[in-house]
Amino acid sequence: MTTITSPAPEVMDLLRFATIGSVDDGKSTLIGRLLVDTRQLFDDQIDAVAQASKDRGVGDLDLSFVTDGLRAEREQGITIDVAYRYAATPKRKFVIADCPGHVQYTANMATGASTADLALVVVDATEGLKEQTRRHLCIASLLGVRQLIVCANKMDEGSWRFPLYERVVAQMTALAETLEIESLTVIPISALHGDNVVDRSNAAPYYDGPTVLEALESAPAGGWAGVHGGPAEEATRLPVQWILRQPGGGRTYAGMVDGAPIRVGEEVTVLPAGLSSTVTEVRTPSGPVDAAAVGLSVSVALADDLDVSRGDMIVGRANPPHVTTELEATICWFSPSPLTPGSRLRVKHTTRTTPSIITAISSRLDVNDLSLAGATELSANEIGVVSLTTADPLVVDPYGANRITGSFVLIDEVTNITVAAGMVGIPSLLHQG
Amino acid sequence: MSTSLPPARIDHLDLLESHAIFIIREVAAECERPVLLFSGGKDSAVLLHLALKAFAPGKLPFPVMHVDTGHNFPEVIAYRDALIERLGERLIVASVQDSIDKGRVADPGPFGMRNRLQTTALLDAINEHRFDAAFGGARRDEDKARAKERVLSFRDAFGQWDPRKQRPELWQLYQGKVAAGEHLRGFPLSDWTELDIWQYIAREQIELPSIYFSHQREIIERDGMLLAVSEWVQPREGEVVETRTVRFRTVGDATCTGSVESHASTIEDIITETATSTVSERGATRADDKFSETAMEDRKREGYF
Repeated sequence: MTTITSPAPEVMDLLRFATIGSVDDGKSTLIGRLLVDTRQLFDDQIDAVAQASKDRGVGDLDLSFVTDGLRAEREQGITIDVAYRYAATPKRKFVIADCPGHVQYTANMATGASTADLALVVVDATEGLKEQTRRHLCIASLLGVRQLIVCANKMDEGSWRFPLYERVVAQMTALAETLEIESLTVIPISALHGDNVVDRSNAAPYYDGPTVLEALESAPAGGWAGVHGGPAEEATRLPVQWILRQPGGGRTYAGMVDGAPIRVGEEVTVLPAGLSSTVTEVRTPSGPVDAAAVGLSVSVALADDLDVSRGDMIVGRANPPHVTTELEATICWFSPSPLTPGSRLRVKHTTRTTPSIITAISSRLDVNDLSLAGATELSANEIGVVSLTTADPLVVDPYGANRITGSFVLIDEVTNITVAAGMVGIPSLLHQG
Repeated sequence: MSTSLPPARIDHLDLLESHAIFIIREVAAECERPVLLFSGGKDSAVLLHLALKAFAPGKLPFPVMHVDTGHNFPEVIAYRDALIERLGERLIVASVQDSIDKGRVADPGPFGMRNRLQTTALLDAINEHRFDAAFGGARRDEDKARAKERVLSFRDAFGQWDPRKQRPELWQLYQGKVAAGEHLRGFPLSDWTELDIWQYIAREQIELPSIYFSHQREIIERDGMLLAVSEWVQPREGEVVETRTVRFRTVGDATCTGSVESHASTIEDIITETATSTVSERGATRADDKFSETAMEDRKREGYF
């Protein structure tokens, strides 16, 4: 018996975060401020923002124009779709998903939050936590976001009075508890003037915590897809994407490593068929390795000549996933026409797409108190628990254990539009009302 | 017995590379007739390199297509042809000149810009070959409209992008189903920045056209841009032809792609220059983006890359 011990793979920090905040709380301005003050923008880009600001008579430099790039967004002064921005400091790189705040763009917000390691939340401190922000925080936490950096914004408009900051702290602390948030930092800021965003401010003497940038630079990264290895009980998952034929015969199986590193010599099972074999070769894009970390695209060879095709999953022996055609799942419904029992939809889960039928809609979520109440249909942007039966068996883990093997989307069979995002199981933070 | 393995060093380039390869394989599996768009520029060189890695040791399961404006830098065409020949891959050339000759688009004249005309040539080629997915090398850091675009971006039967009706794209579930006549654009380099591209080119030693590196060239200055004198760019009244030391940050139609003054003659020099540049790559060198603040969004809506 060989025990292989290897240190966790080192990952150069790449933090993915999503922004959450209600309309007009200053989300886009904050991102603009972060980019300007960390010198991510080129002179011509700043000039273009200045020109657009002047053209619309909104001051010298409206920082929200840095991210609100679509014509309709600038005309209406709102964010419609996720804007992805990139920043790098000497400490790490950032992928920023600047998400829309309006309720009708929930699907876009969920798109941005689904791959986020943390959420950067903007609250207008003069008004306190708003309904829309609460709603989006609920969706983010359902999607697995466990770290929050909260900006108590517009403190300058409230003369930096301590009670304004204190109110945001109290509201967020209470909410964070119900949302199972593991890390919460609340920072008094002015996105407009830059206080405590990148540069520390003397305006709030009662606050001695990190600036927004310092908090972003020190937060754990890679959590969304378990790039750091995740809990010890996680086991190797390799959804097969593509079969590569080798010169001189033989095949290797290509896919992205998930759950835990895959190693040469590892005993594996190919699901759903349940065939056993041993990994004889692992190749990353840089060449053959003894072990490949989570998040790498690899191809692997197996000792036995098995019938493996796209949609199958190669898994480690520990903690086997479930193989099933019957799923209970929590879904967020995006389509304007309601979801009713009996609906036929395609499900895409990892690399397998298969027909499915919604056999039951059991409950609808009230995002205000996270309670589930009986329901028979789901309307646009509603979240609920459903049962579905799939034509082909799926190889799943609960979403709480693995965001990749625990997630799926539902696709309209006629229009091919993605109409729902689904998570296997019922998140522990929800309760029956 | 206990074996200790050294830690696998994974940096941000490894993660970007693996994610891009994942996207390329996913689109190749989900779509029936993909094509890889290749301009000869650095981004498409990286894209092609990643596609080759995704399917190694085999050939690409799709052809490569160049939408040719006819206003090319000869160095770029020489590079394209040598590279494709060495790889033994299939190359399709969709020609803007053909579109003009067939009367599909109006001829902007011998000195006119042809970047926008590429849309017609591209969409005609997509229809003719019945492609249902086209990989492109666009990055979200290039432009504010691109920053909003999905990795798999849906195009209707007219080739149009509707930014208000983008498909939700959660986790890494890229779904590529389209009806006949519709197609997808796939952007595996969405999350890469210009600096990432150069660092990756250095690491992988990817070959590029010579115009990316510092060289002497006859230049005229027009609308703040340093345009190379060529068959299609001739000095107008009052413009002076000068020989300057320049390089190009992007590769496009020769009539609207400007150069920058630079002594960067190696990839390492270029990385240093890119890391300290104060002007964006499109701002420095693309006249076609300077017409209005939403120039890229407007072109994308029509079906541009």
